[in-house]
Order: sequence, then structure tokens, then C-alpha cells
Amino acid sequence: MDASIKKDLQKKACKVRMGVIEGTYNAKSGHPGGSLSISDTLTYLYYNKMNVDPKDPENPDRDRLVLSKGHTAPALYAVLAQKGYFPEDEIKKLRHIGAMLQGHPCINITGVDMSSGSLGQGISAACGMALAGKLDNKSYKVYAVLGDGEIEEGQVWEAAMFAAHYKLDNLVAVVDNNGLQIDGAITEVCSPEPITDKFEAFGWHVITMDGHDFDDIDRAFTEAGTVTDKPVAIIQKSVKGKGVSFMENQVGWHGTAPNKDQYEQAMAELNAQLKELED
Amino acid sequence: MADVIKKATRESYGETLRDLAEEYKDLVVLDADLAAATKTGIFKKAYPDRFFDCGIAEANMMGVAAGLAACGKIPFASTFAMFAAGRAFEIVRNSIGYPHLNVKIGATHAGISVGEDGATHQCNEDIALMRTIPGMTIINPCDDVEARAAVKAALDFNGPVYMRFGRLAVPVINDRETYKFELGKGVVMRDGNDVTIVATGLMVNEALQAAETLENEGISARVVNIHTIKPLDKELICRCAKETGVIVTAEEHSIIGGLGSAVAETVTECCPVLVVKIGVNDVYGHSGPAVDLLKEFGLSAENIVKTVKEAVKLRK
Repeated sequence: MDASIKKDLQKKACKVRMGVIEGTYNAKSGHPGGSLSISDTLTYLYYNKMNVDPKDPENPDRDRLVLSKGHTAPALYAVLAQKGYFPEDEIKKLRHIGAMLQGHPCINITGVDMSSGSLGQGISAACGMALAGKLDNKSYKVYAVLGDGEIEEGQVWEAAMFAAHYKLDNLVAVVDNNGLQIDGAITEVCSPEPITDKFEAFGWHVITMDGHDFDDIDRAFTEAGTVTDKPVAIIQKSVKGKGVSFMENQVGWHGTAPNKDQYEQAMAELNAQLKELED
Repeated sequence: MADVIKKATRESYGETLRDLAEEYKDLVVLDADLAAATKTGIFKKAYPDRFFDCGIAEANMMGVAAGLAACGKIPFASTFAMFAAGRAFEIVRNSIGYPHLNVKIGATHAGISVGEDGATHQCNEDIALMRTIPGMTIINPCDDVEARAAVKAALDFNGPVYMRFGRLAVPVINDRETYKFELGKGVVMRDGNDVTIVATGLMVNEALQAAETLENEGISARVVNIHTIKPLDKELICRCAKETGVIVTAEEHSIIGGLGSAVAETVTECCPVLVVKIGVNDVYGHSGPAVDLLKEFGLSAENIVKTVKEAVKLRK
């Protein structure tokens, strides 16, 4: 990847992380951990991969993204706001009464392609969108973003079977493999491992990537674009809480909002990272 | 009646999908390995490229339907009522109902008249479940004529619709030439002053027969067909409560949460009158021929007559 593009994405992702902290702090609730682990990938997709236009959010030919791990909406909202789908000050109203930004993605929010958040459901909707694209001979892609805990839901594997059977090569599922879910490590709660073997066995083309390295992210999605006759699963190794030192790899930050001190520390860290990128 | 024509509403469903496919280019059909039973196989034969079998995976089927609808298709997701409303309830609520997507759910084999398959497949709870979903329209047609019209009305309506069809062949009671279907409007099938029998689905025919018998015994029974259970025709229900003073409801569904509950909830707020419910009395069904089961569980003209007489007496 071109160095300047990469640096630009890194800066944008850093701002997305600030949006995650800003949103969950002001909401006094929400899910910062998984939002931070998926921030780089969502930034890459919306800025460097997907055919989308905030000025034409309903365009039938656009690429779609279903955040199947809908609890990490703060990251999606931060990307959409930064991209201009809605004013950035909406982030501070996240989860408030009367606010546009709901706790989990809602189809009525500009730029959100599907309501999601009850785990395991988004990937099925993404299958339906991909199938509709095939029926209409459209060239759009559909991205479904799942959590690694989420794939414990049986519906995910019903969808996996369906996508392979109907050769939905316009569907890319990203599994955010940060290794942690609410009750602990995924391998200790009720392990979904081996994840890559499972998707392969279900007939998917599987790619692994480092979810925090834009060169590797670019490599993975570029490869995904060349696959025909099969849906693609990208299993990304990631760090829950990535970018905020005290949140990294801490299961407790799955669904806890930062308090004032933590908010200030997190923002100071992210500002320092941004400054370093800008120098 | 000399030659009573009988037809299962699931047949009407499959045939109407096929008949409307040419006109409605966005119509697609999903099934979960039950195409022969739900009769979507009729559509599949004519339009194989617009039919998608999801296998025995109803949760995913409902989600796929949601995604198709989000991209402009009009999917008819078909399976037995037990799996459509029961197994897939939460997907219907969160992936179809909450985003208010244009998905049509074709739920066949509803109620006790599934027959020999027994309790696991006799869904008497689907109307109750679907009624709780905000913005869900629920249609329970009484015969072939109404079922065909209901499918067309669902197609012309933008939003989620749950359509309930039966396995058992039931008499065609509506006139094919003159019948008009209006979503959300009840139909007065027969006028009367002493009592209103509010019926839905295959119980409409039983109610009409009961009214005939009651007439001979000096009780004038009005029969109202409620094909659209949600949104309910409250205006008509309240008018019947005021005009006849007592209501007996009849449905092939649990007495909890279905038509009877909806009617009772309605009259409580506009004109509190006696409402007596006929339905499956909070029990599971069991195996047996459908016709015998309907009798055994009180889903018959005979039981409506008996119940109406008691209700009219109670009122006095």
C-alpha cells in the first residue's frame, strides 16, 4: 500500500477510535473493546474499498456493510460521521433519548445498511443482500462483520451453508478474532475454534490477516476481490481495546464505558498517536 | 349445498405466487425444505430461478428474506407456522419487524388441523407471537378465494406481513366473482341482533353453519369474518359489541393471545361486553385425523352453537 494512503488511513482510524471513546463516554454505556478492535478494518473498508457515497447513501449499486457484531456500533458510527453521512456531534448523543444513534445499528440511520445487534442475524441479511445482487446482475459487494464470540450462534453456520451453496462470491465476512467475549476468552467460554477450518469446511475461501496492519488488510481484501464461486471469510487477528493502553486485551472493557479520568487518559493517548502520525 | 368445493389455503398460496410472478418481477420465494408441503413447489416449477431453498434452517431463511427486501426484492419466506413464528420468532422480530422490511411470511400448517403429525407441528401460538411485533400485519384467510386475495393484498402492501394458511382442505365459501379483500377490514358475513360470532380462518365456515342452526332455534347471530387480525378492525368490533351486546370468538388457535384476546382487549376499551372465546384451551394437541381433532377440541359449528346459547343466557 502507498505510504501516504496508509498514513492517512492510520490517522482516520485514530479519529474513529476517538469517536468510540467520545460516544461511549457520553453515553455512559456501550462497547468500546470490540469497537476499537474493528476500527482499522471499518476505516479501510469505508475509505479505501467500498463503493459508497455519503451524498447518495441509498444508491442501489452501492456496496453494503452489515455490522453483524452490532454492539460495536460506536466504531461504525464514528466512521460514518467522519465520512460525512451525518454531523459528527451526533456521536456525543449516542444512546441518548431522542438521538439518531441507537445503541445498536438501526436501518433508519443514514449510511447504516441493516439493523443488527442480536448476534448471528446480520450475516443472514448480508446473504440476502448478496443474493439480490446476483439476481439483479449488479456488481456490488456485501461485507458482513462478525465477532469471534458471535460465531457461536448456530444461525451463523446456517448462513455459512447458504452462502456457499448459492456461490455468493460477492459476500465477504470478516470475523474479528480478538479472542475475548463477555464471559472471558473465547477458548474458555465455549470455543468456536478452529475458526478457519470451520469456514473452509463450510465451503468458504478463507483468508487470515492482521486487523491492525493496513498493508495486510489491503492484501487480504485485494485477494478477496479475486475469488469466484465462493464466499470469502477474512479472519482477522485483532486486539480488543486496540489503541487505548489500559483497554487492550482486557475482557472487562467489552461493555463498560470509560469514566471521566479514563476518558481523558484514553483521549490523551489517542491524541498523542494522532500527533505522531501528523508529524 | 350440493357440491361443496374444498381446497386447502396452502394450495391457494402456492398457486397465487405462481400466478402473480409475471406481474410482480421482484417477487421471490424462499422455503426451508418444505416446498412440497407449503405448495411453494408450484411456484418453483414455474419459476425455478426465483425460488431459493434455504434447507432446514428457518432462522437464516428469515434473515436472508430481510436482506433481499433491503435490496428491493419482495421475498415470500415459507415454512410451517411452528417454525416461521416459533423457531424464527426473534429473527422475524429483529431482522424483519424492527427495520420494517417488506418481507411476506407464508406460514402453512397452522393450527390443530395439521392432524396426524401431532403436537410438535400443531402451532396454536403463532398469532399470539406475531401480534406482539410492532408493525406486523397478520392475515388468516378463511378459504381459497380469500387466501388468493390475501396474497395479492400482501404484495401490494409495503411492510412485513404474516400470512397463515392451513393444511386441511376447507370449503370455499366466498363468491369468486364478487369477493373484494380489504386489508384491515372485517367482513359481516351474515347479519344478526342477539350475538356476534367473530371468527377467523376455517372457523368462519363453522360460524356460518352455527348461525344457521341458531336461527332455527330463535337466536339471531351475526357472523363477522376477521381475516386481518392485525391491524384489527376495531371500529367494526366495537359496533358489534354495542349492537349485539355479546360476542363469541372462534379461532383455530390458542385462546391465549389470538383473535379472542384481540377482540376482548378491544371491547374492554370501547364497549365492555361479554366475550366468550372458542379456541384451543391452553393445551397441546395430539395425533389424529384433522376433522376429528377439530371436533375434539371444540372447533366446530356444534360447539359454537352450544357456546353461543350459554353466552346469550349469561348475558341475561
